[in-house]
Amino acid sequence: MKIPARHNSGVTILEPKGKITIGVGDVALREAVHEAVDAGAQNILINLQEVTTIDSSGIGELVAAYTTVTKGGGNLKLLNLPPKVQDILQITQLFTVFDVFDSEDEAIASFD
Amino acid sequence: MGYSTREPRVHLEIGSRLENVELVQIAVEASLQQLAIEEEVSNQIGTAVREAVANAIKHGNRSDANKQVSVDFEILGNEIVIEVKDEGVGFDPKQVPSPLEPENLLKPNGRGILLIRRFMDRVEYDFQSERGTALIMRKHVELPLRNSDRQEEEEE
Repeated sequence: MKIPARHNSGVTILEPKGKITIGVGDVALREAVHEAVDAGAQNILINLQEVTTIDSSGIGELVAAYTTVTKGGGNLKLLNLPPKVQDILQITQLFTVFDVFDSEDEAIASFD
Repeated sequence: MGYSTREPRVHLEIGSRLENVELVQIAVEASLQQLAIEEEVSNQIGTAVREAVANAIKHGNRSDANKQVSVDFEILGNEIVIEVKDEGVGFDPKQVPSPLEPENLLKPNGRGILLIRRFMDRVEYDFQSERGTALIMRKHVELPLRNSDRQEEEEE
């Protein structure tokens, strides 16, 4: 599964769909983030709207992606969290780490 | 009154391959759906089982495909009881670092047990079991009365 990427005002937007779980989608997310960083992306927004399931491995990949991007001097933010993903980010207290947006325009503007 | 011990019991044995995690979650959630358990609760239980099975495969059986993970699912009263067993040597749950400590917040792993504890009511480990480690998880659920239960209640 390849995660589609698009660009808006200098921000790379990754749009995973379905599951980000152990063995299903977690590696695809890692590869998509690394590909974007290798291509020079500094600002990455992950749109989770179409994600149906996430587990601790998927959350781990989001954290690893955040670390990779911020270590390289960039920013990684999240957009459109489904309730199930929101719950898990709350339980794991990762809301304190990630900037989360409900609107793509606001998310894009926040990178300025 | 809810379902009793004569209600569905499920026993699954899987090889230690990560693709089987998906199968177990599907089987457990399908059983919960049959019991008309609300979707949010079903998702929570499914996620807890997924995390438990993934841990059993990765940490318990160290991904040795020759080792099995078994999952037993049953209803006791108004409680869902799920036991996940591996063939590993066990571990000390108190030694597992909290993923909520500031120094662990950005670690890419170590959140599975936290999710299991949050989504289930009670979690116990049995390191004395005859083969490996057993994780026993329980959650109270509201089960709709079946017609036969209603009849029994009316007769009483």
